[in-house]
Amino acid sequence: MSATQPAQQDQRQFISGNEAVAQAARDAGCSVASAYPGTPSTEILEFIAAYPQVYTEWSINEKVSLEVAIGASLAGSRALCAMKHVGVNVASDALMTQTLIGAVGGLVLVVADDVGLSSSQNEQDSRYWGRFAHLPILEPSDAQETYAMTRLAFALSEQYEVPVIVRLTTRICHVKGVVTSSPAETYEPKGFTKDPARLVMVPGNAKKRIPLMMARDQVLRQVSEDHPLNYTENGSDQSVGFVTSGAAYFHVKEAYPEAPVLKLGFSHPAPIEKIRAFSTSVDKLVVVEEVEPLLETELRAADVNVYGKDILPRIGELSPSVLAPCISKLMGTPCKDELIPVEELFPRPPTLCVACPHLGIYYCLSHIKNTIISGDIGCYTLGAGHPWNALDTTISMGASLSVAMGIDKGRSEADKNKNVLAVIGDSTFMHMGMQGLLDITYNKGNVTVLLLDNRAVGMTGGQNAPSSGLDIHGEATMQVDFRKLCEALGVKSERIHEVNPYELPTLFKALRSETKVKEPSVIITNQPCVLTERYSQLPPLKVDDDKCTGCSNCLDVGCPAILVTRRETVIKPNGKEKELAFVNIDTAACTGCDLCTNTCAPDAIVPAFNVDKINAIEVK
Amino acid sequence: MNIQHNTADLNTDTVTNILVVGVGGQGVMTAADVLSQAALALGYDVKKTEVAGMAQRGGVVTSHVRFGKKVLSPSIKPGEADMMIGFEPAEALRWHSHLKPGSVVMVNDYPLIPPVVSIGLFDYPEDPLGQLSDCAVELHRFNAGEAAIELGDRRLVNSIMLGAIADHLPFPPETLESALLKRFQHKGAALVELNRQAFALGRQAFNTTKTMATA
Repeated sequence: MSATQPAQQDQRQFISGNEAVAQAARDAGCSVASAYPGTPSTEILEFIAAYPQVYTEWSINEKVSLEVAIGASLAGSRALCAMKHVGVNVASDALMTQTLIGAVGGLVLVVADDVGLSSSQNEQDSRYWGRFAHLPILEPSDAQETYAMTRLAFALSEQYEVPVIVRLTTRICHVKGVVTSSPAETYEPKGFTKDPARLVMVPGNAKKRIPLMMARDQVLRQVSEDHPLNYTENGSDQSVGFVTSGAAYFHVKEAYPEAPVLKLGFSHPAPIEKIRAFSTSVDKLVVVEEVEPLLETELRAADVNVYGKDILPRIGELSPSVLAPCISKLMGTPCKDELIPVEELFPRPPTLCVACPHLGIYYCLSHIKNTIISGDIGCYTLGAGHPWNALDTTISMGASLSVAMGIDKGRSEADKNKNVLAVIGDSTFMHMGMQGLLDITYNKGNVTVLLLDNRAVGMTGGQNAPSSGLDIHGEATMQVDFRKLCEALGVKSERIHEVNPYELPTLFKALRSETKVKEPSVIITNQPCVLTERYSQLPPLKVDDDKCTGCSNCLDVGCPAILVTRRETVIKPNGKEKELAFVNIDTAACTGCDLCTNTCAPDAIVPAFNVDKINAIEVK
Repeated sequence: MNIQHNTADLNTDTVTNILVVGVGGQGVMTAADVLSQAALALGYDVKKTEVAGMAQRGGVVTSHVRFGKKVLSPSIKPGEADMMIGFEPAEALRWHSHLKPGSVVMVNDYPLIPPVVSIGLFDYPEDPLGQLSDCAVELHRFNAGEAAIELGDRRLVNSIMLGAIADHLPFPPETLESALLKRFQHKGAALVELNRQAFALGRQAFNTTKTMATA
C-alpha cells in the first residue's frame, strides 16, 4: 500500500478520515462500536451508527466505552472504540490491564489527538499510551490510509492477540480526501471461551501474563522491522532525509519532494534497525513527528544520529510552511517561504450561541460577588470568556465538583466567607461528575452545584446522552431524572431546585438562597440546547431606538445577536463620565428567548414584527 | 478577463488552491464541500480541510480546498491561494497573507460583529476590504448577506458566493452548479430552485462587481 497511490476513478469516494474509520469498521465485520463524543473524534461513531449491522452506543465516558469494546472482543466479536486524546486518560485504567489480557475478537482503539488544541484543555501525544501499554500503533496519513489501516488493525489485533491503537490527529480526522474501499468481509464471531487464568487479572494470574506481554513486544518489534507499512521512498537529493508518520508525511513530501523519506505506518514498536540503515543513506536525518519527540528520543537512545525537536517546533500542528524555515536553517540555505506578518486584527473567539440556555446562568454568575466558581469541560467553559468572566478554574472533565470540594476544604481564613460554586453540564456530570457529588455529600462539603441540563452533549454538536431520553439513533430510551439521581447521591431533597434558566429572578433567588446554606445543594436548569430539535424558536425581537438609553445592560448577557450601533460618552450631573452604548438586535439571528428583555430597564426591546407577520411566519 | 474553461490541469502538476473563510455557522464548510465535489466529479484528486476554532460557536472557520492531478498536504501555504471566497469582510482580511499576488478574491460585504467588539474590548477594522485591496489581488465585493435575506434565508449566502466565484474556476460553472444543486436534491424541488436562483444571483453579482472594478 502506497500513500501516494491514486484511487481508482470509478469507486472514488470523497470522505474524511473519521468517515474512513467508520467504513473500515463496517467492512471489517466489526459488530460493536462505542465512544464518548469528543473533538476531533466525534463523527466516527456518528458515521458507524448509520450502519444497522453494527451495534453502536454513546457511552457515558471513555472508560465505560473501552470496557464495552473489551467485553465484545472477549465475546469473540470485532469491536472498535473511538475517543479523543484526553479520553485515553480516562480509559487508561482499563487499557493498562487489557494489554495483559489481550484481544480475542479484533479490538481497535481509535484515538484522535487534537494537535494545536482547537477545542481541548491540553495538547497531548497519545502515542505515549501505546508505548505505556505495550500496544502496536498504526498511524495513517490521510483518509485512504485510515481506511486501509483500520481494517488491518482488526487483523493484527487477532493475529497477535493485542488491542491495536489507530492514532489519528485533527489533520487526519477532518481532512476529506479520495478513498477507494475494498470488498467487505464477513467476520464470524469466535464466541466466548472461559479462561480465568487469562481473563481474571488477580495478581497471581496477571504476573504470569507480564512475561508473555514482554515476549509479544519482541515479536511486534520484528513485525515492525519487516512491515510493508514502514517503507522508504528514494529521493534524488541525499543531503537531508526524513523519518515521518501521520499527517506530517504529506507536509514533508510537499515541502521536500526530492528528499528520501522513511514513512512509518506501523510506528510503534519502531523499526529501529530499518531507520538506522536509512540514516546511513542520507547526510542528515530529521525525525518529523507530531507532537512529542517520542521516536527521536528512542532513536537517540539507540545511538542513531538524528535531528528532531531541537530544530522543529514542539507545540502545535506542522505544515509545509512550518517545516521550511526550520530545515533551511539546518541546511544553511536561504528560506523561500518567509511568513508574511499578519496585521493585528480583533480576535473572534468562540462564544455561546444566540439564546443559549447558559447565557442567563453566566449573566447571573457575573453579577454574583464573593464567590469562587469552579468550571468544567463543555460549552459552558465559554463562560470564562467575555463578557461574563465567570469561571475561576477549569481542569478536566468532571473536575468542577471535586475541585470545588478541595477549594472548600483547603480554603484559608481569607476565603472563609466566600461561596464555593461548581458548574457542570448534564453530559459531563454523567461522564465523571457524579462521583464528585458523592464525595461532596459523603465528606460533608459545602458546595453549591449548578447542573446545567441542556439534554445534550452541546459542545460536540448536540449528541444524545442519557439526559436526552434518546439513544445514538434518536430512538426513545430511559431519561435520567437528575433530581432523583442527586438525591440518591446524598443531596437532601429540599436542597435540590429545578429552575428555568431564562427566568433570571428565579435563578438569582435560587443562587442566593442555596449559597447561604452550609451544606451541599444542587440547582438544575431545564432548557434544551438551541442546536437540537428539542429547542423551539420564538418570534424575534428588536430594539425600539426611541427608548434605548444606551445603558448597555443587555450586552452583559453576551448574546451574539445584540450589536452596538453607536457609542457616546456623557458627563453625569456628578461630573463623572459615563460610556453609553446604543444597540440593535440582529432580527434574522434572534430566536426571541427574551433574556435581554429581562435586563432592559427602559423596556426598549419589543417584538420585531406585528401579529400579522408572526402569523405569516407560523404559516410558512 | 477571458476565462478558459478546461480540465487541462489534470495533466500537469498544478494544484489549485481555494480558501473559503468566514464565521462559524455561515456555511463555510458546506461551500468548500460543494467546490470539492465539483472538482472530484471532473476527476481531480482533491483534499479539503478545516482550520476551525469552534465551528458552531461563532469562531473563525477557514476551509482549504486543494485540487489537481495529485494533492499532498491538505493545507494551503501562505502566499499560495489562487482564490478566496470571503463570507465576511474582516475574516477575508485576516487571511490576506495566504493569497497569491493576482489571486481572485470574492467577498460578502456584510460584516458580522462579534461580542468582543460589541462590548468594546476590540475594534472592528474601519475598512477591511480597503486594506485588502491594497494587497495585489483582484478584489470583488458585494453584499451577499442582504441579497440572501431578500431572497428569503440568510443561509443562501453560501450558494450566492459559490455563484459569484463560479466563472473564475478552472472548470465550467455548470459543474459547480450541479454539485451545489445535488446537495439539496433530497430536500425537495423548492429548495433546489431557491438555491439555483441564489447561484444565478451570485453569478450576476460577479459580473456587476467586475464592471465596477474595471470602471
